Amino acid sequence: MMHIDPREQARRAGEQLHHFHGGLRLRHNKKISCEIPVEKVPLATRYYVPLLQQAGQEAEPTVIEGQKVLKGDLLGYCRQTGGDSVHAPTSGTVTAISNHPNSHPSGRDGRCIVIRPDGLDQWMTLDPIENWERADAILLRQKIRSSGIVGLGGAVFPTAVKVDEASSKEIHTLILNGSECEPYISCDEMLMREQPDSIILGARILQRAVGATRTVIAIEDQMGAVNTALTGAVKRSGTHDIDVVKVTTIYPEGGEKQLVKVLTGLEVPSGCRPTDLGLLCQNVATATAVARAVTEGKPLIERIVTVTGSGVRKPRNLLAQIGTPVSNLVDQCGGFSPDAARLILGGPMMGYALASDANPVIKAANCILALTAEDVRPEQPEMPCIRCGECSRVCPSMLMPQELNWSIRNGLWDETSDLGLSDCIECGCCDFVCPSHIPLTEWFRFGKSETRLRDNEKRQAEAARQRFEAREARLAVLKQERKRRISEKKRAMTGKDDKQKEIADAIERVRSRQDGDS
Amino acid sequence: MSRSFETGAAPHFPSHSTVSRVMLQVIYALVPAITAHVWFFGPGLLVQIILAGGLAVGFEAVMLKIRRKPLWLFLGDFSAVVTAILFALCIPPLAPWWIALTGMFFAIVVAKHLYGGLGHNLFNPAMVGYVVVLISFPQAMTAWLPPLTIAPSGLSLLDVLMTVLSGQPPPGLTWDVITEATPLDVIRTSVASGKMISEARQLPVFGDFGGLGWEWIANWYALGGLWLLWRRIITWHIPAAMIGSVVFLGLASYLVDPGSNPSPLQHVFSGALIIGAFFIATDPVSGCASNRGRLLFGAGVGVITLVIRRWGGYPDGVAFAVLLMNMAAPLIDRYTRPRIFGQ
Repeated sequence: MMHIDPREQARRAGEQLHHFHGGLRLRHNKKISCEIPVEKVPLATRYYVPLLQQAGQEAEPTVIEGQKVLKGDLLGYCRQTGGDSVHAPTSGTVTAISNHPNSHPSGRDGRCIVIRPDGLDQWMTLDPIENWERADAILLRQKIRSSGIVGLGGAVFPTAVKVDEASSKEIHTLILNGSECEPYISCDEMLMREQPDSIILGARILQRAVGATRTVIAIEDQMGAVNTALTGAVKRSGTHDIDVVKVTTIYPEGGEKQLVKVLTGLEVPSGCRPTDLGLLCQNVATATAVARAVTEGKPLIERIVTVTGSGVRKPRNLLAQIGTPVSNLVDQCGGFSPDAARLILGGPMMGYALASDANPVIKAANCILALTAEDVRPEQPEMPCIRCGECSRVCPSMLMPQELNWSIRNGLWDETSDLGLSDCIECGCCDFVCPSHIPLTEWFRFGKSETRLRDNEKRQAEAARQRFEAREARLAVLKQERKRRISEKKRAMTGKDDKQKEIADAIERVRSRQDGDS
Repeated sequence: MSRSFETGAAPHFPSHSTVSRVMLQVIYALVPAITAHVWFFGPGLLVQIILAGGLAVGFEAVMLKIRRKPLWLFLGDFSAVVTAILFALCIPPLAPWWIALTGMFFAIVVAKHLYGGLGHNLFNPAMVGYVVVLISFPQAMTAWLPPLTIAPSGLSLLDVLMTVLSGQPPPGLTWDVITEATPLDVIRTSVASGKMISEARQLPVFGDFGGLGWEWIANWYALGGLWLLWRRIITWHIPAAMIGSVVFLGLASYLVDPGSNPSPLQHVFSGALIIGAFFIATDPVSGCASNRGRLLFGAGVGVITLVIRRWGGYPDGVAFAVLLMNMAAPLIDRYTRPRIFGQ
């Protein structure tokens, strides 16, 4: 077979579709929330904006209690690259900066900025980039950073970090991910139907920000109206370098590496990112956020949220401000059904359960899913693994979950890393098909955090060892230095005597020899 | 006020796969072959299934109690029943009751629970039980019946029950009258006595490819096996490699010396080859986990079976072959790990 350079092959993304290993065909359950247009959530009485929006670092508050803020004002700023800044969802007063449920996967409360709206919903002075077509790419990237934009597909990785990293790697193709493969979630579908022009605009800005020459928008084959909407928007924009590609709906084809495999046939090497192949993947909603930030100067303070599931009376999509309590969204959808048993942020496969509806909407909240007991996996006793191998068959990362499960439980950490735990994307496919109901995903999350801890410890121990050795070496050098100096001093002081003594000794030796001879 | 919810870990979607469902499907897949067996050889098999099944569940319950495991959870997984049925399908329909007792003791108590119970057994429990009785009681294990169509005397259910429970042939009959050597036995003795296989094949115990009756049972096993494939309870790797290796080696030896080597089809359609390929070697617990490993495992079982049939001390070798490959499975698994995505 002819060998083709991977980067060259990646350039042809979307021309031909490929398969990825494993995956599941799940019931979509998306239609129920797509029937009515997206509606804005009315002003809440309180907003709770978490300073920690994701796994990274918590932002530092830039406001104080009692301060008046305008819509879009900076509330918290994160110095670390892993975090992102948060902005005021509306105008009003900061009534508290205190612990409150913050929709974090840990389930613990975290610091939130509490805002009491003044009802005016008045924007701050907006500072859009005029003429972005001619603006410097660095300026565009700075705007993305200061607008607090993160990946809105659910992983909430700061877009600025991704884009900065990409700009150093000769990106040729931007992939906009519109294939939300998890059941129930339809926020991206509704966005693509209702705001296709904004997505195309965002795509063109992102292209310019990283120097890509082309965009591929991946949508699912079951999204009927989306294709027409997007292709219409592409035509209207007058660009010719944006293609819309339909991919087969198989969970988890919306995963970044899976989507790259489907579009290019290439596997992103373990430990690398799509950017290493010249591809930048962004969610479609992220593109609209970029468009809004650059052309209108508005930071990311709202997103479309799917409120759905058997536990919600009237499922639909809503445009919600970050910080709005979940209960407000559910109320707008007719409230919970009486038998709602579980509240989930995200989808049914990868989302996490919320303990109450007092949790606020966060940037990652693509879906608020309420399920009745019969739609929730019951607590089932765990049986031993019978090694049936279903988990390997469905694993999109081609791992052997049954072996991983064994090695993690027995603390065989070297084995665990050989088996590729770090390549696990936590999609939950193995867990879903396991006849023994082994909570595989949970074990893998545990294994990953344990590995991280151990790596940290190892690194700290190594650093401590190096510090110790360096200190020892330094002390040794000092000691020697001192010794040398002391002896030098001594010699300098006793130098004369020494020489005279040497002469006397020599004379003595000669004399004794002569005495012996005679 | 805010509403509280119970939390739980992802995935939240209910899945419908359970161990008992897997085991039940294996049992369903065996029903056609069991029916054919009863059709050709009378009700003896049903008696053995009930006997072995009862003993298996009994031993399982006792061991679960001793090991302080949840009784109903594990009894309800039907794995002991599957073991019992596979064992019953391997022994002569008129085998006396203590054959099932000994076999199930070694299968459930020794091979399964002493190794750690469901999911931890190194060896296929049914085959351990079968091999123990095969080696320990060679006489009783030869009490095979001829197909009813050529049998000199049909036995009623009562006759069968009496025979199994007393260990004696029905009154007025002797073992010689009611039993007959299996086709593989016939081939073995005729080759040993210098006869050509084509001569031996003229005997009434042979059918079109394999043994009369047996070849049809094999077909029904294959049908059940294909259903399991379709239901994705098993994968194609082990059956294909096992049957493939037998056909390949059998054909080679047949072409070299057709006088003393049966045709590959004869090999495939006699003995425990088809049930072995679809139901025994495919036991996930004691087999290989990766697809490449399964290919090696299946091929190994096929080759060892042929070697035992040709040169070994027993007419059939599937059980020994499976146990030998069980020992090799962990090693094979270690060296046949699939490539990880992106590595």
